[in-house]
Amino acid sequence: MTGQPPAADPAEVLSVEDLNVRLGGRPILQDVSFTMREGEFTGLIGANGAGKTTLLKVILGLQPPTSGTVRVAGQSRTRRAGLVGYVPQKIGLDPDMPLRARDLVGLGLDGQRLGLPLPSARRRKLVDEMLAAVGAERFADSRVGNLSGGEQQRVMIAHALISRPRLLLLDEPLANLDIASEQDVVSLLGQVTREQGVAVLISAHDMNPLLPVMDRIVYLAGGRAATGTTDEVVRTDVLSDLYGQHVDVIRVHDRILVVAGQSGGTRVPPPSADAPAGPCEDEPQPDPHLAESASP
Amino acid sequence: MTHLLHLIIEPGFFGNAPVRSALVAGGLVAVVSGIVGSFAVLRGQSYAGHALADISVAGGSASFLAGVSPLWGFAGVGVLAAGVMDMIGVQRPRGRDLATGIVRGAGLGLGALFLYWDTTHTSTTGATITILFGSLFTISSSLIPVIALFSALALGIVLVLYRPLLLSSAAAELAAARGISVRLIGVLCLIAIALTVSLSALTIGAILSTALLIGPAATGLRLTSRPGLAMVWAALIGVAATWLGVLLAYDSYYWPPGRHGWPVSFFVVTLILVFYLLSPRPVRRVPG
Repeated sequence: MTGQPPAADPAEVLSVEDLNVRLGGRPILQDVSFTMREGEFTGLIGANGAGKTTLLKVILGLQPPTSGTVRVAGQSRTRRAGLVGYVPQKIGLDPDMPLRARDLVGLGLDGQRLGLPLPSARRRKLVDEMLAAVGAERFADSRVGNLSGGEQQRVMIAHALISRPRLLLLDEPLANLDIASEQDVVSLLGQVTREQGVAVLISAHDMNPLLPVMDRIVYLAGGRAATGTTDEVVRTDVLSDLYGQHVDVIRVHDRILVVAGQSGGTRVPPPSADAPAGPCEDEPQPDPHLAESASP
Repeated sequence: MTHLLHLIIEPGFFGNAPVRSALVAGGLVAVVSGIVGSFAVLRGQSYAGHALADISVAGGSASFLAGVSPLWGFAGVGVLAAGVMDMIGVQRPRGRDLATGIVRGAGLGLGALFLYWDTTHTSTTGATITILFGSLFTISSSLIPVIALFSALALGIVLVLYRPLLLSSAAAELAAARGISVRLIGVLCLIAIALTVSLSALTIGAILSTALLIGPAATGLRLTSRPGLAMVWAALIGVAATWLGVLLAYDSYYWPPGRHGWPVSFFVVTLILVFYLLSPRPVRRVPG
């Protein structure tokens, strides 16, 4: 926590208001608005090309918005660098690069400073603590490029968190991970969110791995966003409105599938438009692939 | 014992003024090349470094026409070329080889013209040999302060920018997210490489200077997983190759074919290759 007593209404960390981004004349994001509070875990869900990476880059200050405002802890674009931690999508680190996990985490602490890093007991202790917090002690002295995908994600998360940002952005951190590493990374993120009081915004094309830890959801489709808790957003009526075509939200056990309803095929029967977002009665034959290809 | 030592180090080796200048200048340049070269290798800019060396031929040969030390020409043209390469698009991975190749071609063309004038107008073939293959034994002691200045500049750039440079070399996106100007860092690093190449072009020749930039650095990166230590190794290997090369070149005066000695650049470059081949391959941990 950041020293303040846990208030009933935690501090607002991110506010996005009426954000519009056009790239090359094409609208990428339209009228996106949402807020995030301290210690909150928000999933940024959408298919490939829905605008997730663009939204993260605008929040980071790397992509200027066409209109609208983005404030991180009340700060506008220029003063944002130290407040936001970022784990980019798939960085392919070179195995020949002489850079240990502990070096990369250390660069998270002071990578933007000039001059040589002088060895100090304090710096080493901070790095060791951060490596322990993400469960990376075992490979702290290995070259980062030689680590597995899940191990690299842990090191990246430590790199992003060690400077104690208020907001942590992760771009598709679960892509290319096997199921076991996926669950490891999700529970690690849930844990650091609570322990450090940081607000986490994580993009993913599949919301299911995030359901156990996700407080709120920003669902992107066609550049527009629906925001709220999972139960408020992931509903047949809300998402059909967002997609501009009928989609079905199907809950099977503890998984949620969003299925295009107008596929014209026999696979999904057309249900009534205002079907409740509950367990589906008709035989849905849920094809897990459809959940990932929900774009109209 | 003394006899054996004299077989290895000829009497008079350290008393010889050109040898002393060669050891000082060569050692300094090797340290700078090892450290700056490590960043060139880390950033995948070996080809850019090679091209800057080729291009500097134009500057070196122009210096002969102007009657100044080739070092000024090497450095001036190298830094200029680094700027042009950045403008054309060396910062983008795909544009990098194109930009480098285009500038390299133009630079070599100019070099050919100036070298032709050097040989026809001043009727000396020495200029060509000096520029292409170096002149470690003919460095005048008055040039050593200039060498020291350029070394301090190149080394200063990479040491002051050490952390942002390391981070943007490892993962440019992580650096950009921290508010580091990856483009500015890239240009400054390229300028440091150009200065370094101009120094090694002076000592072991424009054609061979890349060997000193890349070879010890590549060897150092195999020896350790610590970035700083890898650079120290690169510097030490470069100094060892240069000093041993100077020693062997001095000894080779008595070797066949005829009492002229072998070129020092040959020894330096060969020793760099030997060190690289002797270094162990880094152990790769198999993921999972």
